Amino acid sequence: MKKVKTIKVDIDKCNGCRACEMICSAFHATPKYSSNNPEKSKIRVLFDPIKDIYVPVYAGGYTEAECNGWDIYTIDGKEYDECAFCRASCPSRDLFTDPDSGLPLQCDMCLDDPPQDEPLCVKWCHADALTYEEREEEGEEAKKKPDEMEVGLQSLVKNHGAKKVMESLAKLKQEKD
Amino acid sequence: MRYAETGYNLEIDLTRKNIEKVATDPRDTELYLGGLGTSAKVLWDRVTPEIKPFSEENLLIFSAGLLCGTPAVGCNRTIVSTISPQTELMAYSMMGGFFAPELKYAGYDKVIIRGKSKKLVYLWIHNDKVEIRDASHLKGKGTVETAELIKKEINDPKAHVAAIGLAGENKVYYASVEQGRSSASRGGIGAVMGDKGLKAIVVRGKKDINIARPGEYIELCDEVLNYIKFREENPIQGVPPILAGLGSPQEMKIHDEKWHTENFTWGNARERRKDFWTEEVAAKWSESMDKVQTRLLSCYNCPMQCGASINVPGISTYMMKCYSKLTYTMAAFSDLDFGFKIVQRATEYGVDGFTTPQVMAFALELYEAGILTDKDMPGMPSDSEGRFYWLLDKIVNREGIGDILANGTYWAAKKIGNGAQAYAHNNIKKHEQLPLKLGMLHPLYFVMYCTGEKMNITQIEGNFPQSPFATQEDKEAFVKDWFQVPDDKFKQYLLDWEMRGEKSIPNYPTPQMTSEIVDWQERMHYIDDSLGMCAGLSSFPLKPPYHMHNYPKFISAATGMDMDEDKLTQAARRNRTLIRAFNIRRGMSRKDEKPPEDHWRKRFPELEKELLDTYYAFRGWNEDGVPTKEYLHELDMDYVSQDLEQRGLLK
Ligand code: SF4
Ligand code: SF4
Ligand code: SF4
Repeated sequence: MKKVKTIKVDIDKCNGCRACEMICSAFHATPKYSSNNPEKSKIRVLFDPIKDIYVPVYAGGYTEAECNGWDIYTIDGKEYDECAFCRASCPSRDLFTDPDSGLPLQCDMCLDDPPQDEPLCVKWCHADALTYEEREEEGEEAKKKPDEMEVGLQSLVKNHGAKKVMESLAKLKQEKD
Repeated sequence: MRYAETGYNLEIDLTRKNIEKVATDPRDTELYLGGLGTSAKVLWDRVTPEIKPFSEENLLIFSAGLLCGTPAVGCNRTIVSTISPQTELMAYSMMGGFFAPELKYAGYDKVIIRGKSKKLVYLWIHNDKVEIRDASHLKGKGTVETAELIKKEINDPKAHVAAIGLAGENKVYYASVEQGRSSASRGGIGAVMGDKGLKAIVVRGKKDINIARPGEYIELCDEVLNYIKFREENPIQGVPPILAGLGSPQEMKIHDEKWHTENFTWGNARERRKDFWTEEVAAKWSESMDKVQTRLLSCYNCPMQCGASINVPGISTYMMKCYSKLTYTMAAFSDLDFGFKIVQRATEYGVDGFTTPQVMAFALELYEAGILTDKDMPGMPSDSEGRFYWLLDKIVNREGIGDILANGTYWAAKKIGNGAQAYAHNNIKKHEQLPLKLGMLHPLYFVMYCTGEKMNITQIEGNFPQSPFATQEDKEAFVKDWFQVPDDKFKQYLLDWEMRGEKSIPNYPTPQMTSEIVDWQERMHYIDDSLGMCAGLSSFPLKPPYHMHNYPKFISAATGMDMDEDKLTQAARRNRTLIRAFNIRRGMSRKDEKPPEDHWRKRFPELEKELLDTYYAFRGWNEDGVPTKEYLHELDMDYVSQDLEQRGLLK
């Protein structure tokens, strides 16, 4: 059996407070909670108050290619562009890219040891726009997700080739020593 | 590394188009905390009493509070301060929303603006890049409109914009600065911004805010969140719904407006309508609310949802907060449909929701009395609603009579003469007050009205109940879990306080107790305004999640400073005293410290004198209301007494 973790997003309930962004970035700071910066959050609330659009979106990690075109969705009379729901850290936008390192961001469901009762963004969302569900499903336990550093390095390798990355690292180390 | 604060201010000279990033002195944080406190210090040091509101040398300061941008729930206030064109004393007004945290993330605690730009400009702050940009194409544009246009222009939908509208550009003495769902409205700050030729400040930040002792800090934040939840499930018993919960007054959620509509006055702060709230009105007003509200909205990192987006068919969307829903409605003797409509225009123009309707109702009274005539009001419609729109347009454009009314009731009445002064009856220190007219003098409110530097009762009152509970059981139930009191004696004061008899207002609470209670409420407000905390979670409601016992822990854990209740009390009193000294230096004195004459029907000159004397002495001020040399020394503010002595204001 494997555990499936889901966060349900109810955009009608979102009040735009961005507590989810704040706490995600604080929880993932090192040491924990030592700093916060919504720009580093793995959930972002895309908002357009005048059109009454509030969409909390989770970071889904890096994607190499950008889309060829964008579709427009109309829901309840409000127009959303497709990007509004897209989780990708992609070359066409600066969303879900760590502003310091330039590395892509990806939600890890607040993986922690010992595990949290619920993801931090869910805990801080008093409006219940975010709710957490865990269920058992047939199948293998998913293999451990790569950690942040690995995700970042993977994208660097994809962009610049493994050799270049290794060289740069060696150079950095030399400079530091 | 600096914790909680960034340690940098932006200094902008609009005359010379100069931009500087200046490191601040950490010792100032220890003494004045931040936000209002450190801004008051800058104003004290740099804005001498000769400087007029519209002088180049007047400063306009947008400041984040010390804890803004940290995980502290509801800590998002931008404190805007300058010299008010209306009172010519310090104006400070707080706005919620998102501006202050964003400014911190951009790497700054304050934006200090001096000088004037000849052409209309806006300021675009994005991390280390700061630009003064042309805004001539935004001239005359509404505040919401301006924000939308700028966000498109800079191609950043996540930027936050604080803008003035036409009222600010035309230096209306009660022009506001609007920012999404929030505004800094009181004191005419928008007029100073307009005078400086600054249409908007736009900010976007992508940097970290650091916490000195993270584990401790997050635990404190968790406690606050849990207590907010607890209070949601356990509203306070025995008080009207508007006082039972937390947050800013929950005007966007509460449909039952019996309390406001029957206790506050209508028109030009005149008429109480004690049987107004019928079932029929309730049904109609509920329908009006439900029709236009599309979503409840919160400020940054706060669950309280005190604002709402308002969508009236046929006019563009805007966001409303709090009490402006009723001020226009009640001033015009109209209904909510009108209220929701006219606030949209008022928001785009950028005007204060308290003063503006009162000025218009004042003008209409003068018209009814024949002091203003058809010659002054050419083409004014005959219905109340139409007249309000007509007057609003005239005022904001400073056209005809609007030019006079644009300076507020005090200055307008002076100019109009012919007995008009009697109609400007609801001011303190030239500033329009809540439309309240009551029976019996209330000692707490008397002292707060007279002496509050904010000149705005909602920013002074707070944690102590407004009136005694009816029964002994209710009192006991209330004090049972009242852990927020800074000292247990306050519980006894409340237990002994009666509706009638010896221990009731005006003689009870006694002048000494009154001073102590006012001191507590003030302390909380001055702390909030320095930390950037929303009063709605702290100084304003009964039994708030932030109080004198957990605040020192918050400040210590966030900043690494070693704070305790005594030190924090000193800092709050220091800030309070500094603003007092600033205003004294600008000519304020005891003779200005009085409520509107008709605020209470029953007045007691001797008792009132004793209340003021006692409070002044308790505060460490002399009988003229000037802080004494000894008290200033105790607060490490010898520099203030030296200055006051030199000017002959202190002997
Ligand atoms: S915490 Fe919840 S309500 Fe607030 S912005 Fe995030 S999803 Fe929306
Ligand atoms: S689940 Fe955890 S990692 Fe993912 S967005 Fe929420 S707080 Fe961030
Ligand atoms: S309590 Fe209301 S006004 Fe205060 S910060 Fe929260 S949402 Fe904003």
